[in-house]
Amino acid sequence: MIQMVPMAIDLGPLLPTHISELIVGAVLMILIFLVMWKKVVPAFEKMYEERTAAIQGGMEKAEKAQEEAQAALADYKSQLAEARTEAARIREDAKNQGAQIIAEMREQANAEAERMHATTQAQLAAERVQAMGELRTELGGLATTLAGRIVGESLDDDERARRTVERFLADLESQTETEKA
Amino acid sequence: MGPMTLPALVGALVPLEGGHYESPGVKDFRYFCADNPEVTSGHALAGCTFGVDWMNKPFWQAVIGAALVIVLWLIASRNLKKVPGKGQFFAEYVYSFIRNGVARDILGPEYRRYLPYLLGLFSFLLVNNWFGETFLFMLPTFSNIGYAWALAIMSWLIYIGAGIHRHGFGHYMKMQLVPAGVPVYLLPVIIPLEFLSNFITRPLTLGLRLFANMFAGHLVVLVFVAGGAFLLTYESNLFYNVSGAVSLLFSFAILFLELFIGALQAYIFTVLTAQYVHSSLAEAH
Repeated sequence: MIQMVPMAIDLGPLLPTHISELIVGAVLMILIFLVMWKKVVPAFEKMYEERTAAIQGGMEKAEKAQEEAQAALADYKSQLAEARTEAARIREDAKNQGAQIIAEMREQANAEAERMHATTQAQLAAERVQAMGELRTELGGLATTLAGRIVGESLDDDERARRTVERFLADLESQTETEKA
Repeated sequence: MGPMTLPALVGALVPLEGGHYESPGVKDFRYFCADNPEVTSGHALAGCTFGVDWMNKPFWQAVIGAALVIVLWLIASRNLKKVPGKGQFFAEYVYSFIRNGVARDILGPEYRRYLPYLLGLFSFLLVNNWFGETFLFMLPTFSNIGYAWALAIMSWLIYIGAGIHRHGFGHYMKMQLVPAGVPVYLLPVIIPLEFLSNFITRPLTLGLRLFANMFAGHLVVLVFVAGGAFLLTYESNLFYNVSGAVSLLFSFAILFLELFIGALQAYIFTVLTAQYVHSSLAEAH
């Protein structure tokens, strides 16, 4: 008769030495978990969030600063270009104005010269007329005297002499009048 | 030279007889009060506080580890500045390693909800695994499988809870058990397989992987230290003494390897938990 042997496998170290090890291990792990869950992980995650925000803020700030610098540069460049065109314009204006001034001056000088010329001419003409008048008056006397000297006493006949002088003078007058006209 | 039998060869190289070498084993991971039959029968080490069997070395290590994790993180999360100092820089490095490298990478935008658990899990695992290489402790807490099971069950509850919360119980079960595009006649095979893989093997492998790595790593260190010390002090055999010295030196190399494995296992446990949560939340399977 075969006796039934109860199945008894020696599990050796695979069985816990004390069953309480299971409970102790689990309780300790739960304690650790609670501390990690309530304290440690939130603290670290909060720090990470703050760091991310700080880094993002810093990057945004830097980006903004760069943008501002770019704007300032563009502004400066446009101002420079403006100043350049302004300077060019001023230079051009000055040149034009200079030319204009020179032309005006020249014109003025010309006018002055012309005026002076005209004055001189008029003066000359007046003097000439005056000289002619004086000349005529003196010339009549002189010519008569001279002719009297040449002709002698025959011209003492006042009547004839007077008529001859009159005729001569009338001739002379008409002559100068045609000349004037 | 005559043929040598294997036991004779082993006997020539390893001092089995004559000495009183006791090879390290499972008993080096079990702690009971000194008057407990487990100790008196040689199946466990003596060590407990307040006369309570389970208030032993691994228990206090777990408590101190948890306290360390809580206190260190509370200090680290105090007074956080936008521009970090040296201490904060290090804390942030660890924090973002889990936050960005694990939680956000795997879970996407909903990582925030699961981050506290993942961060706590990783820290708790790392500290306790490194206790295996820390003076005064010199024992990885998770080489006691009970603690590994505790965390595996927590992760199991969390990824199932996440799925039920997101999709409702019925829909979640359907998504997990019935893959899209499977012919109806295969369902009787597929459903138990999917159930096993999604609800049974996941927590089992999570716990076992962690425990086995810590247990085996610590056992290797114990073997090199205990064996090395025994050989080094063996009388009138220079070869044994030199081997013992080499073995002790080698145990330091193993300790450094254990540091790496401890960190790796903490990372793997955390990543897999995140992965399971993700597969529970995902719309299509």
